[in-house]
Amino acid sequence: MFWTYLRRELRRRIRQAVFIALGLALGIGLVITVTAAANGVKAAQGTVLHALYGVGTDITVTTVAAKGSGGPSAFTVGGGLARTVPRNGTYFSRSLLTSSAAGLGTVSSASVTSISNLPHVSAAAGALALTDLEVSGTIQGSAKSGGSSINTNSFSVLGAGVSAGRVGTLSSSKLTSGRTFAGSDAKSDVALLDANYAAQNKLRPGATVSVGDSSGSTTSFKVIGVVQAPPGATPADVFIPLARAQALGAAPAGSASLTNKVNTIYVAATSAAQIGSVQREISKLLPAATVTTAGDLANEVTGSLASTASLANDLGKWLAIAVLIAAFLLASLLTMAAVARRVREFGTLKALGWRSRRIVGQVMGESVAIGIIGGAAGVGLGYAGSALVAKVAPVQKATVGQALGSANPGGPIRASVLKSVSQSTVHTVSVHITAPVTVSVIALAVLLAVAGGLLSGAFGGWRAARLRPAAALGRLE
Amino acid sequence: MYRLTGVTKNYRTGRGVVAALRGVDLVIADGEWLAIQGPTGHGKSTLLQLLGGLDQPSSGSIELGHHDLAAMRETQLTQVRARLIGFIFQTFNLMPTLSAQENVETALVPLGVPAAERRARAARALETVGLSERARHLPSELSGGQQQRVAIARALVKDPAVLLADEPTGNLDEGTRDEITGLLEQLWRERGLTLVIVTHDSAVARRAQSTRILAEGRLSAGRSPARCDPGI
Repeated sequence: MFWTYLRRELRRRIRQAVFIALGLALGIGLVITVTAAANGVKAAQGTVLHALYGVGTDITVTTVAAKGSGGPSAFTVGGGLARTVPRNGTYFSRSLLTSSAAGLGTVSSASVTSISNLPHVSAAAGALALTDLEVSGTIQGSAKSGGSSINTNSFSVLGAGVSAGRVGTLSSSKLTSGRTFAGSDAKSDVALLDANYAAQNKLRPGATVSVGDSSGSTTSFKVIGVVQAPPGATPADVFIPLARAQALGAAPAGSASLTNKVNTIYVAATSAAQIGSVQREISKLLPAATVTTAGDLANEVTGSLASTASLANDLGKWLAIAVLIAAFLLASLLTMAAVARRVREFGTLKALGWRSRRIVGQVMGESVAIGIIGGAAGVGLGYAGSALVAKVAPVQKATVGQALGSANPGGPIRASVLKSVSQSTVHTVSVHITAPVTVSVIALAVLLAVAGGLLSGAFGGWRAARLRPAAALGRLE
Repeated sequence: MYRLTGVTKNYRTGRGVVAALRGVDLVIADGEWLAIQGPTGHGKSTLLQLLGGLDQPSSGSIELGHHDLAAMRETQLTQVRARLIGFIFQTFNLMPTLSAQENVETALVPLGVPAAERRARAARALETVGLSERARHLPSELSGGQQQRVAIARALVKDPAVLLADEPTGNLDEGTRDEITGLLEQLWRERGLTLVIVTHDSAVARRAQSTRILAEGRLSAGRSPARCDPGI
């Protein structure tokens, strides 16, 4: 009797039922679309962040370079005393591997071990970001005037742990040819190349790449593999084992060498819930360090991606909630109105001996059925909306980072030379927004549909339950 | 048997209190057919509602067998209505979305009768009132007389002890009125149930075993049972 009565009653007021279901469908569809879009934006932000310092890295630890620590930026030409003026026509070529241009200070490698031993840290790895500055040319004209024809070239070098595993920038790169670092490569002159750099310089596994050192000489590194960074990443051009980078790199002024030094530590927490506490522990361990979480970095993301995220999270969310509340209210009001029109019917049923709860159950059953129909339509609308978002959303831009400026290289290298090799850490990446509809989002939709039905049914049922049979039947004469 | 003692019913309205029933005393024997007549708006339907446990008096007692309807909670009254009392309304009050058979079945739902037995009993009830061939028709597809027959079948399908009818022929033409009244009489005789009809139609009241007049909320003597049916 329950299902027969329910079916027939919904058929009798099919227009009202469709109207209510459509209202619920709109609200639920909007919630699904906005949630899917927000998930897509979050994924895009994750892509941007992962591209910066690798999948699996939750925290990065850096220090700011001390003032005046830029350098050494001077090297000799033609040997002899540093202040000897070279003769006209002297050709020189120097390749300096320096940490100064990265604008980062250094910390001891022992800090990596200390951080690894902190509670809730699942992995930690250090890296040394360096820049290979090549200056070459021929001394021409009067030595006093200092005229010369100088060519400069630079590429970025990252000294990475050969066993860094799931943290660090290499963790998000894909090996496209050759092999990656092995444990036995720790002290070897082997290098991985970024795919773009390799293509530009026509290098492949088996080739060699020259990397400078602190004295201006070069060391040949054998290319063992090529890695492709994820879209939007700005990886180093050349990756060499950390120990080799520490041995070769020129220490900043005031430091003896880069041995056992790193300037970036990548840390993975055991769970997302522990990131905050790990961040605090690292800050206590290294008070002078800058400890940045993915969340902190996410806050630094600017550009249209950030605006889209804000739109999805704020306006989109509240719009969806407002529409859903309106749909629930409408469903409740219409259900109560339908109950009011059926006063005589319910009064008769009570006269026949039907208990209030059976009548309330009938009303709620009808409402839940409408809610489920609305929910199913809402899921369809949500899928369509999400597909539309993914199809028509313009490419978003995300900008992260800040321009260098804290280190002051100083030294005799001319400003024009220095300017050509200075680096900026501002990254602007383009990402395509998707709007994935996940199982959890569909479950949310079903929950909302049932909740909507129950809520409207509760209002209507409450009204039906309060009817006294005599009042429900009205004046009979 | 019904025994009403000092029953009053007052309604609060915007203009004060309306006394629908004033100190009604009434005894209805088991198996009696009583017609209650009176002008419109003088408390007839109110009295019927109290007899059916659809409402409760402001004061007094209403005993149905050993049940004091005036002292019962709504859930208890609901059970009494479900088991003992059948109702027939002037406007038929059928569920518009259910067929004739399904409407009759609604009276058996509160008794927890299994679906198959419900269908069988409903079919028999419709046969009793001569509407077997209309079992699958909706109320909108039936005439007034046919709808009232369905309502009678619904009232009787649970074998009640009491049948309360409020102007059962009020919406019917003369011919159908006689038809329905004849059917009620026939069923009353066959089943020996207690039948109380509220009507302003003297033609209907004349066929009852006894009548009472209700005017301005007070019950006065009408016609006493003129014939004594051996079955009562």
